[in-house]
Amino acid sequence: MANSNAKSTDQIAIGEIAPGCRKVDPILIADGVKRQFGGLTAVDVAHVEIPRGLITALIGPNGAGKTTFFNLLTGFDKPNQGNWSFEGQKLAGMSPYKVARLGMIRTFQLTKALSLLTVIENMRLGAQKQPGESFLTSLIRPLWIRREKEITDVADTLLKRFKLDAKREDYAASLSGGQRKLLEMARALMSEPKLIMLDEPMAGVNPALTQSLLDHIKDLKSNGTTVLFVEHDMHMVRHISDWVIVMAEGKVVAEGPPAIVMKDQAVIDAYLGAHHDTDLGTLAKPAVSRTTKKGDK
Amino acid sequence: MDILNIFKLALGEMLSPTTITFVLCALGLAVHFGFTGLLNFGQAAFAAVGAYGMVISIDTLKLPLFLAVLMGILCSVIFALILGIPTLRLRADYLAIVTIATAEVFRYFMTTIGFSKVTGGSNGLSQFGSEFWAMNPIPAGNYNFGFATYRADQLYVLMVGWGAVIIGALILRLLMRSPWGRVLKGIREDEDAVRSLGKNVFFYKLQALIIGGVFASIGGMIFVLNLSNVQPQVWTTNFTFTIWSVLLLGGAATILGPIAGGMIFIALISITQGLMSGLVDMGLLPFLTQPDIAQIRLLLIGLSLMLLVIFRPQGLFGNKKETQFNG
Amino acid sequence: MNIALRNTLGRFGRIVAALTILFSIFGGPILSQASAASTDGSPLIITGTVKNEKKPVEGVEFRITGNGLDEIATSNAEGKWLLEVEKKGIYEVEILLESLPKGVGLRDPEANIREANLNATNTAAVLFPLGKDTRVVQPIGDQIIIRLFAGLNLGLLLAVAAIGISLIFGTTGLNNFAHGEMVTFGALFTWLFHVELKMPLLVAAAITIVLSAGFGWLQDSALWKPLRKRRLGLNQIMIVSIGLSIILRQLFILFFEGDTKVLSSEYEKVVLGPINTTSSSLVSMGLSVAALAFVAWFLTRTRIGKAARAVSDNAALAAATGINVERIIRIVWVMAGALTGLAGILYGLQFQANYLLGAQILLLLFAAVTLGGLGKALGATVGAIIIGFVVELSALVIPIDLKYAAALIILIVVLLVRPQGVLGKKQRIG
Repeated sequence: MANSNAKSTDQIAIGEIAPGCRKVDPILIADGVKRQFGGLTAVDVAHVEIPRGLITALIGPNGAGKTTFFNLLTGFDKPNQGNWSFEGQKLAGMSPYKVARLGMIRTFQLTKALSLLTVIENMRLGAQKQPGESFLTSLIRPLWIRREKEITDVADTLLKRFKLDAKREDYAASLSGGQRKLLEMARALMSEPKLIMLDEPMAGVNPALTQSLLDHIKDLKSNGTTVLFVEHDMHMVRHISDWVIVMAEGKVVAEGPPAIVMKDQAVIDAYLGAHHDTDLGTLAKPAVSRTTKKGDK
Repeated sequence: MDILNIFKLALGEMLSPTTITFVLCALGLAVHFGFTGLLNFGQAAFAAVGAYGMVISIDTLKLPLFLAVLMGILCSVIFALILGIPTLRLRADYLAIVTIATAEVFRYFMTTIGFSKVTGGSNGLSQFGSEFWAMNPIPAGNYNFGFATYRADQLYVLMVGWGAVIIGALILRLLMRSPWGRVLKGIREDEDAVRSLGKNVFFYKLQALIIGGVFASIGGMIFVLNLSNVQPQVWTTNFTFTIWSVLLLGGAATILGPIAGGMIFIALISITQGLMSGLVDMGLLPFLTQPDIAQIRLLLIGLSLMLLVIFRPQGLFGNKKETQFNG
Repeated sequence: MNIALRNTLGRFGRIVAALTILFSIFGGPILSQASAASTDGSPLIITGTVKNEKKPVEGVEFRITGNGLDEIATSNAEGKWLLEVEKKGIYEVEILLESLPKGVGLRDPEANIREANLNATNTAAVLFPLGKDTRVVQPIGDQIIIRLFAGLNLGLLLAVAAIGISLIFGTTGLNNFAHGEMVTFGALFTWLFHVELKMPLLVAAAITIVLSAGFGWLQDSALWKPLRKRRLGLNQIMIVSIGLSIILRQLFILFFEGDTKVLSSEYEKVVLGPINTTSSSLVSMGLSVAALAFVAWFLTRTRIGKAARAVSDNAALAAATGINVERIIRIVWVMAGALTGLAGILYGLQFQANYLLGAQILLLLFAAVTLGGLGKALGATVGAIIIGFVVELSALVIPIDLKYAAALIILIVVLLVRPQGVLGKKQRIG
């Protein structure tokens, strides 16, 4: 695949590759996470582990519960039941901001650039441990100006990397959709997260920017950040991810390295159920991994 | 019609203690709405809580003025906590209805006969000003400033009031240019985004509610100190919406806005009233009588509220881009 | 954009002009003579002393209304009470019987309202001789029945007015703060036609309802629709409605004066067990029920009603299925106008009317709508009746001047605990 330094499957997972299989070095582990809206079960994940230091893609048809699962993991929504932990720390019931402070930062499907703040202010807001953000210290400039300079330097470096430096003083509202995606990602990096969770980073981004976004995501990995991202586009997934987790109807139905998962019958079923024209590559060989869905039948 | 006199009167009104009160309340509302995006429709109650807190501390608890002022501020902080802790998780328009309802409930409680031993009921309280007036450093006499002549006690109130406005505005300027202010603005734009960046949004909103409330409470205290009485009928929803007009006129997300907005607003109303009154005297407005003119004042407040929100939501001094009604 | 602005402004200007003309035709001649402020600068005072068996009575409350004023004065330890007013004219002073100590009543139980005439003098003294309370103290069971009846009566009135808020919120998302003024509109115009122009009540009421419906139509076509077209945020539109409510209130006071109007003097007393009521109250309750039944039928059985509910559920989806959303919203405004006008008429007939009428019950209406679940017409009805009961029953346990506060506290608690309302479906909020 495109990743030259890709790890082999047995360096990532332990034992047979199946939905919910254990990982050699998981950063995030979820157990029995269930979320119902009225009578509808949006998410029902029995067990899933996210491998550390890799790029994991979370795919599935519309309504598979990917974004809801993201919301649950990051504390933006509360599950009916379930446990999950990040680097061994239990997260269930934790507020979103505390989750973020642990180093698990997310972005949103609908970009949340803070429109009426300038690009550089957006970036600064992303930084952690700012003394100037507490009320009393904020009144005394000398107490926070040093940290402000530090984070401004970091922000400027990032902006350069994301080619947003020319827009430094502009309101975020004036950016294009793709630039906002970039800004949101760059802002998330201000806190030097251990795990970054990107919700459809490519949605609405024009093709010219797509490649640079992909490169940025790969860069994240080489800097040691774990990436978990939700995506629809299979080609994209195949290009950059080391591991793919497939959700359908709220459940994890398959997982594994991209090349193998795309040939999985459960994945094909899940996608064909939703939209027939999805290109999954060659639809030939039988499934490698068993799926919970099939097991139920 | 004496045009000159109308303008002199307007100039006097621009600097009056009433203007000071509106400006302080509007500065507080700027923190709530302009910078943090909280739709607070109960600003009158914050002013009233401060005023009653101070007055009752003097009247019932027999505290010295300095402590009573602190008590007034403390009361508004507690009021903000009681109001904020349960409501700041609600949707913006629900917050609006809860704040307006709370403000009315507070007014009912200040009016009811049940507590009139402490609150004075509908008559209010008036025996609390002696220490304030005794502290007046300005020698007795009249001071002529061309447009108006002030007695020493009037000058004293203005000095204290505008002093408070200047100090308050400087503090706000420091706050809003700091990373703390940046978080508030971020919350105004999109609180989930700010949450996802590891900021305790609820706590910041609570802080904003408290700070804005303290500004209003100081405004309320100056209002009642000037009149030497506090009455429940003052703190109505009309009071709140006058402050909204002042804020929206000046510009919600600015610090200069509420100050200049307050002065201009009061001056405009005074001039309009003066001109109309003159025209009525000359028989040029046959539909109206002199007492009607007083009603025009509120009508203008309502009209300016409507027109500002529709045509110039950023106000006179605001940046068009930086005023948002995320509704 | 600019043209849209100008159109809005132009249209608004035209309404103001139209209203002015309308008022000068109808209202001009009948406005009572101008009340002039005290000319010599000395304060205008209404005052009095209350004594029972030659001892002053403290804490007795007097409600003084008239000339735009509605205030309460309370007697002090010397039994003296006083209120400074701004305008000359005739005021009504009502002694609030609830505030009298136990066992003390008026010597003349019928004369609980007296006049204070400040036309010629600067001070008017109003005295209410007290004596033994001749009122029969009812057993608690009877009191509860009386309060329940009063609560049902108030609740039904609120329901008729609240359905309008609920329909408008459901279809447009607007929390309309000017809704109270639509109630006032109904009450004051009925007074104008019935009392001032001596039309028969039914004719006056019919004209008023047509005017109220027209008022709803006018508001939507001249103001709310253009604002929706400009894509003004809902919170912005909400503040516009606040401005409008202030303007309307001031127009009412300019054209109808601030005094309290009595819409009907023909009260036929009806006794139902412990309940003393009037025929007009019973008729009003009957009409409320009929109006509510009509709305229920309309929303569930007619095509337009079903479409209105579809728009409430999901406007985009409704539009996609071929429903003309703007037309439905217009119909909703007209209906809300007519219903709210009717509520104003009924309210005015039972409780009198002044320019503040609507503003005073607005928060109760919000409370009713919120309690029932925003945007749900049936919910608003149930919510309104609950609020009616709360207001009236609370008077049994808390001071009567806090009864509205009780309803608002309920509103606050509901918003905190169950923001979707008592009947609303649970959904994610915010």
